[in-house]
Amino acid sequence: MRIVVDLNRCQGYAQCVPLAPTVLKLNGEEALMYDPNPDDSLRQQVLRAVASCPVQAIIVDRLEEEGEKA
Amino acid sequence: MKTAALVSGLVTEFKTSGRIVIVGASLAGLRAAEALRDEGFNGSLTIIGDEKHEPYDRPPLSKQVLKGWVKAEHTKLPRMRKVDAEWRLGVAATGLDRKTKQVRLANGNQVPYDRLLIATGTRARPWFNPKEAALEGVFTLRTSDDAGRLQAALAAKPGRVLIVGAGFIGSEMASVCRELGLAVTVAERAGAPLVGALGGVIGDIAAEMQRDHGVDLRTGVSVEALEGDVKGHVRRARLSDGTTLDVDVVVASLGSIRNTEWLEGAGLATGFWGVACDAGCRVFDLHGVVTDNIFVAGDIARAPHVLYEYQFLSLEHWDNAVLGGKVAAHNMVSLEADRRPHLPLPAFWSGQFGVNIKGVGVGPFGDEIVITQGSVKERRFAAAYGRRGRIVAAVTFNHGKWLEYYGALIERSAPFPPPAPGYDQAGDMKPVPARFPDPRTPTAFPDVVLTGHDPTERGAEYRPKKRGEVGETKRAA
Repeated sequence: MRIVVDLNRCQGYAQCVPLAPTVLKLNGEEALMYDPNPDDSLRQQVLRAVASCPVQAIIVDRLEEEGEKA
Repeated sequence: MKTAALVSGLVTEFKTSGRIVIVGASLAGLRAAEALRDEGFNGSLTIIGDEKHEPYDRPPLSKQVLKGWVKAEHTKLPRMRKVDAEWRLGVAATGLDRKTKQVRLANGNQVPYDRLLIATGTRARPWFNPKEAALEGVFTLRTSDDAGRLQAALAAKPGRVLIVGAGFIGSEMASVCRELGLAVTVAERAGAPLVGALGGVIGDIAAEMQRDHGVDLRTGVSVEALEGDVKGHVRRARLSDGTTLDVDVVVASLGSIRNTEWLEGAGLATGFWGVACDAGCRVFDLHGVVTDNIFVAGDIARAPHVLYEYQFLSLEHWDNAVLGGKVAAHNMVSLEADRRPHLPLPAFWSGQFGVNIKGVGVGPFGDEIVITQGSVKERRFAAAYGRRGRIVAAVTFNHGKWLEYYGALIERSAPFPPPAPGYDQAGDMKPVPARFPDPRTPTAFPDVVLTGHDPTERGAEYRPKKRGEVGETKRAA
């Protein structure tokens, strides 16, 4: 699956981190690092992390299947 | 038929069967394509990109990817919807013919359009000496292919990495090198890192941060030559202060070049600083007259900004690509009364040495700075930039939650120094010179550029003709 975090919007609340710890990590106090294309098996975890963000900074692909072929 | 009905009919017909071509298949191009479909554009959509990859996100390349956590090919952008486009990837646009309304491709094909979106962005400025640039172990970083190659070189545990240029990306790469336990030297022509974007006061703090993390930071020097071994692998760098360094990897991080060459001869207001457009993303022609069918978005666009005395701004920022792409798309399928302006409050971030640096506004537009909150010593603070008594920008180090407060002040042109937020105030709220380099002095290239008021970089030819005589030639601009 694919995600992108709008890091302008991200405030470093880090509520997402414990919900998908292999996908979203903090580097220091406030800088969020993430895996933009995590394995599909992590989708449920990631969707919970997306929902947990107080500023809704995590954007997830809205296509059911792997993105429309470019 | 009344004019209004006629025009509205034309728009409906365009949305049904028009042809839109987007040149540039990265963040701005993709988000524009999605927005066009959201806006009800059902005509044909073609997306042209010189890289063979589908749209991917670049900010992770200098961080997660170099560190080896995320594979270079794993930063593909999420899709917001189907775009039902014809993708022409791996082939660059090489020319634009506005008379026949066709984009020329490197493979000789011509792609016709009714409306065109330019989103060709920038590329890394290469090492100035092509022979040295060709040495094994010399890199630039802009594309995912670049990142893949550089990551492999760093994973091979080089003896020392040399990064030339301490802008945001150079500094981020130095941070990754230290996280990987690699010896790294950063050579910067200016007096400190990040001075082009944030000025000397913040630059000094960034310099301290680098040195505390074990970066061998050399400022006020340039790298004059790179030398290779018999196998053609870089092994040594000669600096302007007479010293030499043994190095196995060199990364030229010298800023970017805007991809405007393919537009040469098209008669548009293009040049060194990008493609000039109005605040609605419509491109100006060479004379500064707005065109009807050509739009621009992303890193390559430069538009007048109401908050900055209507100076033309180039913004190499992530959300400028996202928001600009959406506004361009909207305006491409809308009538005049429905057009929107793209007037973002510039915003950026950079993660380095465990610190989250965020900013809003245009720092180099200001000439003074004041630390308003937190503690510089703890590297957790907010600072505001001012010009002639008004706030024009702000930056935070691990203090991002406060940025919105300053952003709102900037949007209102609030006084500088700004009113104290009443929490966590810094000890000394006295403004000092921000110490931006003279814009005429070359330094690390800032990612926001104020380029004055002239939409055209090249002088436009203005040749008034009087009846019955050949007009004298005047040069305007």
